[in-house]
Amino acid sequence: MSERQIQLEVLRYNPETDSAPRFQTYAVPCLNEWVVLDALNYVKENLDPTLSYRWSCHMAVCGSCGMMINGEPKLGCKAFIHEYGDSIRVEPLAHFPIERDLVTVVEDFIAKLASVKPYLIPREDQPISAGEFKQTPAELMKFKQYTLCINCMLCYAACPQYGLVPEFVGPAALALAHRYNQDSRDGGRDQRQEVVASDEGVWECSFVGACSEVCPKHVDPAGALQQIKVASTIDWYKEHLMPWVKK
Amino acid sequence: MEIIKTDVAIVGAGGAGLRAAIALAEADPKIRIALISKVYPMRSHTCAAEGGAAGVIKPDDSLDLHFNDTVGGGDWLCDQDAVEYFINEAPKELIQLEHWGCPWSREPDGSVAVRPFGGRKIKRTWFAADKSGFHILHTLFQTSLKYPTIQRFDEYYATDLLVDDGRCQGFTALEIRSGQMKQFQAQAVIIAGGGGGRMFPFTTNGAIKTGDGMALAYRAGVPLKDMEFVQYHPTGLPNTGILLTEGCRGEGGILVNKHGRRYLQDYGMGPETPVGQPVLKTMELGPRDRLSQAFWHEQKKGNTVSTKWGDCVLLDMRHLGEKKINERLPFVRDLSISYLGMDPVKEPIPIRPVVHYMMGGIHTDIQAATPLPGLFAAGECACVSINGANRLGSNSLTELLVFGRRAALSAIAHVQSGLATSNDAALAAKAQDSENRIRALFAKSQGTDSIAGLRKEMMHTMEEGAGIYRTGEELAKTCDKIAELRQRYAGIALHDKTSVYNTDLLQALELGSMLDCAEAVAVGARDRTESRGAHQRLDFTARDDQNFLKHTLAYYHPTEPPRLDYLDVVITKSQPGVRDYSGAKK
Repeated sequence: MSERQIQLEVLRYNPETDSAPRFQTYAVPCLNEWVVLDALNYVKENLDPTLSYRWSCHMAVCGSCGMMINGEPKLGCKAFIHEYGDSIRVEPLAHFPIERDLVTVVEDFIAKLASVKPYLIPREDQPISAGEFKQTPAELMKFKQYTLCINCMLCYAACPQYGLVPEFVGPAALALAHRYNQDSRDGGRDQRQEVVASDEGVWECSFVGACSEVCPKHVDPAGALQQIKVASTIDWYKEHLMPWVKK
Repeated sequence: MEIIKTDVAIVGAGGAGLRAAIALAEADPKIRIALISKVYPMRSHTCAAEGGAAGVIKPDDSLDLHFNDTVGGGDWLCDQDAVEYFINEAPKELIQLEHWGCPWSREPDGSVAVRPFGGRKIKRTWFAADKSGFHILHTLFQTSLKYPTIQRFDEYYATDLLVDDGRCQGFTALEIRSGQMKQFQAQAVIIAGGGGGRMFPFTTNGAIKTGDGMALAYRAGVPLKDMEFVQYHPTGLPNTGILLTEGCRGEGGILVNKHGRRYLQDYGMGPETPVGQPVLKTMELGPRDRLSQAFWHEQKKGNTVSTKWGDCVLLDMRHLGEKKINERLPFVRDLSISYLGMDPVKEPIPIRPVVHYMMGGIHTDIQAATPLPGLFAAGECACVSINGANRLGSNSLTELLVFGRRAALSAIAHVQSGLATSNDAALAAKAQDSENRIRALFAKSQGTDSIAGLRKEMMHTMEEGAGIYRTGEELAKTCDKIAELRQRYAGIALHDKTSVYNTDLLQALELGSMLDCAEAVAVGARDRTESRGAHQRLDFTARDDQNFLKHTLAYYHPTEPPRLDYLDVVITKSQPGVRDYSGAKK
């Protein structure tokens, strides 16, 4: 297995001793099949135990290790060393306050997820004894893609609008609302619209589409947001121009 | 130290912890619930489970069949009353999850689909493509957001249980973000902290799986049960240990050696079945312990394929075709291409067995109660035991639902049983002891051993002594080594002296948990002089029901190896018999 020396330039910030973030460079002997997270783990185990970052699954499903790699939001466990040159710059996810080193403060994102009522609000109640709700594969396909979000927040780091307007509910949370709205078992769209169709909701989105480009799970939040906009516009027309038509 | 008072506190917010929290919130909106986890809930390792969750739902299946598969699969070390409770509750829990929105894969008529899994006579594994655990975890997390009484404490690491007046009354925890210690006072505590596969070097387990929940109970005097039973999953990617689900074989994937032979037929799982037409409980649909053991023999015979990542066998899924692989196994395809550079649609994938799951854990009864009043446990960290000596694939996702809920109901009953007022001064003194312990660890800087160095030595000796096949001699060495490492742990150096998000300190604490649990594994394995399920001894090759139809109980000692005791297995209707995985013969 071929080995290559990488200059890993990592943003460091210790809130107890640093007045501002700085960069520290480590020389890391990397195997070509490694991911950037492996290089960070090498540093942690062999060079500098004080380096702080989040990680767990190493298979792109837990969503812990989102970071900026050469300026782009990536999962550290899915950014392959062989796709980079001899120098790699690693920073915490953009648009989030830095807690320490590569660890960011994510409460805002968590609160936004919760704000869209991301749970099934059943169209009709059914006791457990009546069995499962029926849902055909075609009905499942309508929202399946939007269930794949791992909450890694890369889309928030890529979204220029979230950078400018922190109140923006943002791509992942809105796509999650859309996921439940599109679920044939759900009847809760009206309850979600208050947040989803607000000024800080979909209408804040300027449709740059960066969220979908960086999504490691191909969730396509931008597509979801456009669908919400169309549906919300139809709501508006129905309400204002044809008030006799029920939604 | 700040005191947080609650009614029920849950340590761990993966599948079992979240299920328990929701059950508490639904049972009584007046109950105060504190849900503590060292990570944000959706980072929990439940997310990495792929294949599915077992529960009887189809007309051709029955509770008896699920019972027989589970008990035989566990080599008769399961407690049969617990298994019966489990299989009865299983379908209800899976339907409940469906009602909460879990995107289960479907049949054309809109009913939930089931797939074949290893060691099962009938198809009964509910699945959401090959991200079943991920969808279960996110469905539970999102559903939990409905309940205002669930108060989350994300990124808190529980350090010591607080036991006074003979019952568990809370714990201390480190707020990772600030480095401050907090005292959680609760009338009942549920531990749902997951397994500890990270004590081994090659594992499907994420970095967070360090046995903290097990160690928390163990150090408070609660025994760990059947820790010597460690499951190797037969199909992991050889370079990273990333799991390729048993669903690969359930859908029809085959295992071949370097001669292209489907070698499982040589290990009592044949005769060979037609390619692409898997026969239940036969060949590739044998149980995990048998498949992993067959690999070991193939390796000894020189029949494995040598790759730059070591010896492998091949998982061939090409005959399934691109359409089926994309529909049923999209994650497997993505993982193989991304991390190995090989596409299962086009080529066989080299794989080898990898540490995956711990059958053992915190000793609980069928109510999810531990011997310590006020303390309950559920999920991988617990041992009820429904898994016995070898867990069947897709029983564990269901287990964390069934026993997560069961733990919640037991906790409520305990809280409502009229408990005496707690002695705040006594609890405060114990919390102070805990803080002092953490402060002392934090202050260590003159030590000679590094955390990473000790961890490597631990992993190495566990693989050497406590792997797929074991001997008394190797296990004795591993026991000595772990005992030595536990002593040297007192002399580790901590370099990070920052309070905020100190992962050096966290890793030191996690290493402590793993060493304690690893010793219970090694000592339990050394003294179990028989072969059963996932515990195979080259020096005691037969199952010994006369002496070992028993659970091992390991009791903690701060400086010595654990004291072992044994407990009879609960047998209700199935006497120990022969495990037969040659269904095609009939």
